[in-house]
Amino acid sequence: MSQISQKEEHMSKQPSSFGGAGEGLSIIDYGAGNIKSIQFAFKRLGYDAVLTSDVKTIQQADKVIFPGVGEAGHAMSMLKKSGLDKIIPTLKQPVLGICLGMQLMCNHTEESNTKGLGIFNVDVKKFSKKVKVPQMGWNTITNLKSDLFKSISEGEYMYLVHSYYAEQCAETIATTHYEIDYASALQKDNFYGVQFHPEKSSIAGEQLLKNFLTL
Amino acid sequence: MLAKRIIPCLDIKNGRTVKGVNFVNLVDAGDPVVLAKQYAELGADELVFLDISATLEGRKTMLEMVLKVAEQVNIPFTVGGGISSIEDVDALLKCGADKISINSSAVKNPDLINQLSKKFGSQCVVVAIDAKQIDGEWIVHLAGGTIPTKLNLFGWAKEVESRGAGEILFTSMNNDGTKAGFANKALAKLSEELNIPIIASGGAGTKQHFVDTFVKGKADAALAASVFHFGEIPILELKEELKRNNIEVRL
Repeated sequence: MSQISQKEEHMSKQPSSFGGAGEGLSIIDYGAGNIKSIQFAFKRLGYDAVLTSDVKTIQQADKVIFPGVGEAGHAMSMLKKSGLDKIIPTLKQPVLGICLGMQLMCNHTEESNTKGLGIFNVDVKKFSKKVKVPQMGWNTITNLKSDLFKSISEGEYMYLVHSYYAEQCAETIATTHYEIDYASALQKDNFYGVQFHPEKSSIAGEQLLKNFLTL
Repeated sequence: MLAKRIIPCLDIKNGRTVKGVNFVNLVDAGDPVVLAKQYAELGADELVFLDISATLEGRKTMLEMVLKVAEQVNIPFTVGGGISSIEDVDALLKCGADKISINSSAVKNPDLINQLSKKFGSQCVVVAIDAKQIDGEWIVHLAGGTIPTKLNLFGWAKEVESRGAGEILFTSMNNDGTKAGFANKALAKLSEELNIPIIASGGAGTKQHFVDTFVKGKADAALAASVFHFGEIPILELKEELKRNNIEVRL
C-alpha cells in the first residue's frame, strides 16, 4: 500500500497550460477526505493539479479547487489548524468548492452547528426524515445561470452524495430538487460552489471542470 | 428528481475479472479497468468490484486495480470483499474508491460500522447483507450464504443504519442466480422501515425484473452481474424500458 500511495503522491507539476499568469491548478489539501479523484479527473482532461496545503502555492495558483468529504465540524477545525480559513475568503482567482467544500463556504451549517467561511450568504440545513438521507445518486440540475454550465443542458444529471443542503438564495446558479428545491451550485464574484461531484459525474461533470478551467 | 441507479457488479480475483464477461470488441475482457470504462460509457450509474482473492498477494493487486480504476473511470465505484479493518478501508479510499462495502466483518464486529462512518463518513460505508428466507423468516447468512447467523434481516438492517451505514446492499440468497426476479417483498419492507438507500441484488433475469424491483420493491438501486456481462440486457435498453415505465433514470 505505502508504495502505491507514494508513487501517486506527487503527480508532476507542469507549466500552466490554461492561460493564467500564475502557477496552474491547486487542489487544497487539508485532510478532508478522498481528493485523489478530483486530481485524477483533471489528469484525464490533460491537466496536472497540485495537491497542496501551502498558502503561497494556493495564493499564486490560476485556479483553486476547495474539496471536502466528511464531517463539517472536523473539516472546519482542520482548515483553522492550517490557517486556510482566513486565506480562502481572500483569494482573487476562480475558486471552486466541491460538496462539503461548497457547504463550508456558506455562513453556517447545521452539521455539528458549524460556522462557515461566510463567502456565500446562505445557511446549510439537513434534509428531513421525509426522504432517505443521504441523498445518494444522480439528480438533475436546472435554472443554470453561469458560464460554469456552458454546453451543459438544463436538466443534466450530476452525481450527489449528501445529507445537508444549501438553501435557495440570491447566489444560486443551479437548482436541484430533493424533498425541496435547494441550491446545488452557488456563485459570488470569483467563488463558485457545487454540491455535486463533477469528478464523478461522467461527461457532464468533465464539461463543468473544463468550463471552470476557462473561467 | 433523484434517478434510480443501475449497478453492474464485477468479481475480481488477483486483479482480473472472473466468471467471464462477454462484450463484443473488447481487447481484454478480463481487465477490470477496460470493463469499468466500457460500463461507464454504456450508461452504468455506479460500479461494484467484489474482491474474491484469497491471498495477500491478491489483495495487494486489488489496491493497484482500484487506483487504475480511479484514474480512468468517471463514475463512482464501491469496493467490497475481505474488508475487516479501518486500515483496509483507509488504503482503498486512498487509492480512490468512493465507497467500501463490508459484510461478514460487520456481523462479527458491528462496532466497525460506527468506527468507519465516524472516520470516513456514512456516505462511503455500504453494508452488504446476504439473507435467506427459511420458514418465512429472513435469516442473515455469511460467507456467500453458506453460514447462517442468528440475525434477522430487518433487525440487522435497522442496527446497521443506527450504527451509521450510508447504504444497504441486500442480496436474497433465495433469488440469487435464479434469474427469476428480485426479492421485492423483503426489499419493500426494508425500504419502508429504513431511511437510507437500499440496493437490490440477486435474481435479475429480465428488464421487467428491474421495473418490478423499483416499483414493487421500492429499491433505490439495482445490482446485477451476469445479465450485464453477457450482454443479455444492454444497460441503455434497460434504462429506456425503465423510462417507459415512468421510472426516473439517467439517460
